[in-house]
Amino acid sequence: MNPFMITLVLLLLSIAIAIIRVLLGPTVPDRVVGLDTINTLVIASMVLYGTATKMIIYIDVAIVYALLSYITTLFIAKYLQGGEL
Amino acid sequence: MIWEIIYVFLGIGVAFNLLASIGLLRFPDVYTRLHAGTKCTTFGSIFICLAVMIYGLWRWYDGDKKMISLAIHAFFALIAILLTNPTGAHAIARAAHRSGVKPAKAVVDDLEEKK
Repeated sequence: MNPFMITLVLLLLSIAIAIIRVLLGPTVPDRVVGLDTINTLVIASMVLYGTATKMIIYIDVAIVYALLSYITTLFIAKYLQGGEL
Repeated sequence: MIWEIIYVFLGIGVAFNLLASIGLLRFPDVYTRLHAGTKCTTFGSIFICLAVMIYGLWRWYDGDKKMISLAIHAFFALIAILLTNPTGAHAIARAAHRSGVKPAKAVVDDLEEKK
């Protein structure tokens, strides 16, 4: 079996563990930290999936996803500390 | 030879990503969870992108013309991760402190003394 695909399955397990923290998290910053971790893991999973299936378009999607999730994290942080957007 | 290097890099990446999610589940408060969930995923994702770049360059060297774009796109994904991930973590930590979440079991809080 393709080693990139096995790595992808283990990363999906890691995303599932991070989702438990998003569901449990006692405060709002806990959930934001969980979402930020899930974003990075999804980027790595997209790179691995694009390599395993030899479809390079998935890696382009990963680059755009990285930049958009960064902007989302900055906006949520700005909202949490009480500033106006 | 090259397959062994790719296996080692993928193994390091997966091990650090799994440790990041386990640390996210087990640590006591926001700041230590941020410590686990951001630094470990950055390190692991760097190694996964490096493995993909080595695979693409190797396939390109063997004669597959299309695979050089795989290596270049993986390089740009690595740069995007390197630029955005620590900055977002810093913003989350500052926002958590200003929104009133105290560190558990902390002795010295330097950010509070400045006011």
